[in-house]
Amino acid sequence: MKYSIASLFAGLLFGLGLIVSGMANPEKVLGFLDIAGLWDPSLAFVMGGAIIVGIVAFTVARRRTLSFLGFNMKVPSHNHIDKRLVLGSLVFGVGWGIAGFCPGPGLVALGAGEAKAAVFVASMVAGMAIFEIIERNRAKS
Amino acid sequence: MIDIAWSHFTPWSALAGGILIGLAAASFLLLNGRIAGISGILGGLLSPSRGDIAWRIAFLVGLIGAPAVWWLGGEWPAIRIEAGYPALIIAGLLVGLGTRYASGCTSGHGVCGLSRLSPRSLVATLSFMAAGFITVYILRHALGV
Repeated sequence: MKYSIASLFAGLLFGLGLIVSGMANPEKVLGFLDIAGLWDPSLAFVMGGAIIVGIVAFTVARRRTLSFLGFNMKVPSHNHIDKRLVLGSLVFGVGWGIAGFCPGPGLVALGAGEAKAAVFVASMVAGMAIFEIIERNRAKS
Repeated sequence: MIDIAWSHFTPWSALAGGILIGLAAASFLLLNGRIAGISGILGGLLSPSRGDIAWRIAFLVGLIGAPAVWWLGGEWPAIRIEAGYPALIIAGLLVGLGTRYASGCTSGHGVCGLSRLSPRSLVATLSFMAAGFITVYILRHALGV
């Protein structure tokens, strides 16, 4: 229960951050990705602000084996750079560039009642489901 | 030469929102011991295991509920989606597939991964940023869509 309440809080704060920063608006994200047009550097400032806080948090987290609520720390430790990582990121980037949506902002825009965001999110979930099916068949063979 | 869109550039709200996102990732990490990676939180629901469902749904409810909470302060967030429906479907499929293969998106690799100085996340972030820049260049300037 504690775990879910903390998750709800983090999700809400994340969503509010996306709204305040303007990143829930795909027009603004595309303004950042359009270097050859009139460039809006805002997204870099969003990443900068988030990473400054994040570095502090991870520095604290590294010294702990349990979280402040007493749960195991589940920070990924694998560090191999492979084809899946690079190709997957490239595919993601193409989709990001087409609509200006990555997963978080897509969900926030859905919550704002945007029909187009609902279509994006449904397609994104379908893409994730295709991944699950491919991976399950691979595991079987 | 890069021309900056000064009339659209919002450094202070971007920085403030970024700090909120950082605080969200920090609280998730320090309270629950997890990385706030949105594609992973959502995608994990498609191969559910016992005791691993409620917290994912809670996080997503918070995220999706953010506009309603924001509205309590007086207005809906400004959102303009220029892409048409076919483009949104293709974009969604690519984002869903790509983020799962890469085990992360802008939040997991971009914010959390760079915060913990992970070389893997740096490679992922540079890859999806590069692909995003090139895609927008091709669509807007080469094809003029």
